Amino acid sequence: MRLEADWYDFRDLGNTVGALLEQIDDWGAPDWVPYVVSGLIGVLAILLWGVLSVLAFIWIERRVVGLMQNRIGPNRVGPSGLLQPVADALKLVLKEPITSREADTILFWLAPIVVFIPTLVVFAVIPFGERMVLADLNVGVLFLIAIGSINTIAVFMAGWSSNNKYALMGAMRTIAMLISYELIQVLVLLAAVLFVGSMRLGDIVAWQADYGVWLLFLQPLGLLGYVIAGAVEMNRSPTDIAEAESEIVAGYHTEYGGIKFGFFYQAEYLAGFAIAAVIVTLYMGGWTLWGAEEWVPGWLIFLAKLYGVFFIYIWARGTLPRLRIDQLMAFAWKFLLPLALVNVMVVGGEMLLWQEAELSSGQALPLFGVVNFALALALAGGWAWFLGQLRPDRVAHRAILTQKVGAIYYGEAAADL
Amino acid sequence: MSVDLEHYLLLGAILFGIGLYLALAKRNLVGVLMGIELMFNAVNLTFVAFSRFVESPNPVDGQVFVVFVITVAAAEAATALALAVLLYRVRDTIDVDRIDLLKW
Amino acid sequence: MDDTGTVIAFWMLAAITVGAALMVVMVRNLIRAVIFLILSFVGVAGLYITLSADFVAVTQILIYAGAVSVLMLFAIVLTPRGDRGNQETFLRLPALLLALLVAFTLGYVAIDTEWAISDREGFEETASVIGEALLDKYVLPFEIASVLLLVAMLGAIVIVRPESGVDEARE
Repeated sequence: MRLEADWYDFRDLGNTVGALLEQIDDWGAPDWVPYVVSGLIGVLAILLWGVLSVLAFIWIERRVVGLMQNRIGPNRVGPSGLLQPVADALKLVLKEPITSREADTILFWLAPIVVFIPTLVVFAVIPFGERMVLADLNVGVLFLIAIGSINTIAVFMAGWSSNNKYALMGAMRTIAMLISYELIQVLVLLAAVLFVGSMRLGDIVAWQADYGVWLLFLQPLGLLGYVIAGAVEMNRSPTDIAEAESEIVAGYHTEYGGIKFGFFYQAEYLAGFAIAAVIVTLYMGGWTLWGAEEWVPGWLIFLAKLYGVFFIYIWARGTLPRLRIDQLMAFAWKFLLPLALVNVMVVGGEMLLWQEAELSSGQALPLFGVVNFALALALAGGWAWFLGQLRPDRVAHRAILTQKVGAIYYGEAAADL
Repeated sequence: MSVDLEHYLLLGAILFGIGLYLALAKRNLVGVLMGIELMFNAVNLTFVAFSRFVESPNPVDGQVFVVFVITVAAAEAATALALAVLLYRVRDTIDVDRIDLLKW
Repeated sequence: MDDTGTVIAFWMLAAITVGAALMVVMVRNLIRAVIFLILSFVGVAGLYITLSADFVAVTQILIYAGAVSVLMLFAIVLTPRGDRGNQETFLRLPALLLALLVAFTLGYVAIDTEWAISDREGFEETASVIGEALLDKYVLPFEIASVLLLVAMLGAIVIVRPESGVDEARE
């Protein structure tokens, strides 16, 4: 898209790295050294960025959620609480690592690592800029889903090795949630890939830049499905039933303390960033902004969008109540799955129409956008109404103990309320 | 030093042998299933190695076959594990040495 | 394939895969055996990547390491008084002999046959080629596989569903 620029052209940090690699090649190093060096630079950059972002967002999230809940949030440690993440990190590192006696030691120690690694590996395929992809795989979208599915194993290892009934139940619930919403994710991403015709994330960003339209305008049902499925994959409120302190002590990381819990905590934030990065890349144009990437660096645009999407998730956490596990599962299987299937069929039909009728993109895309939006509103609203009509006998009954005690205290007439 | 078709086929043979031992010699039904999955993996590896190295008019056929084998293996694992759970419910054990009602 | 990276990758991944498979045999705790099996699956996925089969590698991780393993772990959790010590039956020696015999035969045939090796380079991109093959030449097995998955899913649900008689009698 843009011609190769000089090394100081920071609009695309790949130029700097490319110049460095050429320099290494000029010094006569063997063939594999540029590969290794570029790989190492990419890995270190992603790791550094990830850790710094997590630190920053610990503070941002707690302040923003606090302000939404009409309280101040952390403001003691450092100027207006800015050193709170440092205090948190120090606390977690300095705590005593307790392992219960009956816990399965190797799995117990391995689980935080296996939780952390997939969330980091996901960033390898995401394009931060034009030449800033660590590994632009041909099967990028499928890679995202596959690496996300390793989370289930890690959660099971954490829950099982704790030798704790709460942990095991929390782990089972989390796994049930994760696999249900994984299915939704696959179907929704399938529809997005159908439009673009390629699973490579660089191609998807290029498609959105070429046609000048973001995929979210063309696939609102897909965006709805992926935002909700992503929220569940992140284990964040309103879907953190399996790890909420008021529900199940702390779910699958009950027995973890110190830096092991620090890994779980960090993995949750990094998973949030990963889901936000996927939403930005697939649905919001990635690092392009309709031509503004001539002046503003692409990676700055990408990071701004990513933090914006993550802010929406923070907003959801501060605002929405928590869903129960049966409500979550029913939502996935009864509501989102039929919508995702209809979405795939409609998108497939639209692609066929586009090719067969040989429409130009200027005619086809607005038509598809309008049709998809109308369909999304009609389907989501209609199907939700229909599912609500199916349970007319849900009358809230008071608990029996409350009834009996109320009858004793207030007289028999109060027992029927 | 290079890696050829024979290396992959030998690796597949070793994995198949290990899987066969697991399937025949483990007491737990889930252990037997682990052996079966390992055998599937060995066979898939052989298919993909052939698809990569061997002269063929349609070299991708090996990988298509692997997609089908993975699909059927997933379906078979689901059914076999459902049967294991039901067997536990009925006989209160999934030790293959003790499920011997059909022995003469 | 004789560039250094592929050779090193092959030997490391082969060691991981075979080592993990041997640990599945030898470890004395069933859950740890499943974890080693997952490691073996991931090793095989890596071997697929050295064979430039990227779609199959990602599918292997998605289905085997992500779904089949979780199924096995759930089955272990739902069968509490099963034999979780991962012991062998009394037929272990004949099984070992048979396994060695089969492995040896397969290996001998593999090394001894004159394979028609082509000097093709690896595939550029397999996902689209596999997709076209699935919908063009292999459309009938594709549809049958879909029906098979549906039947297996329904069958598994029906088998495991508690009948109202059985569970009340147990309690």
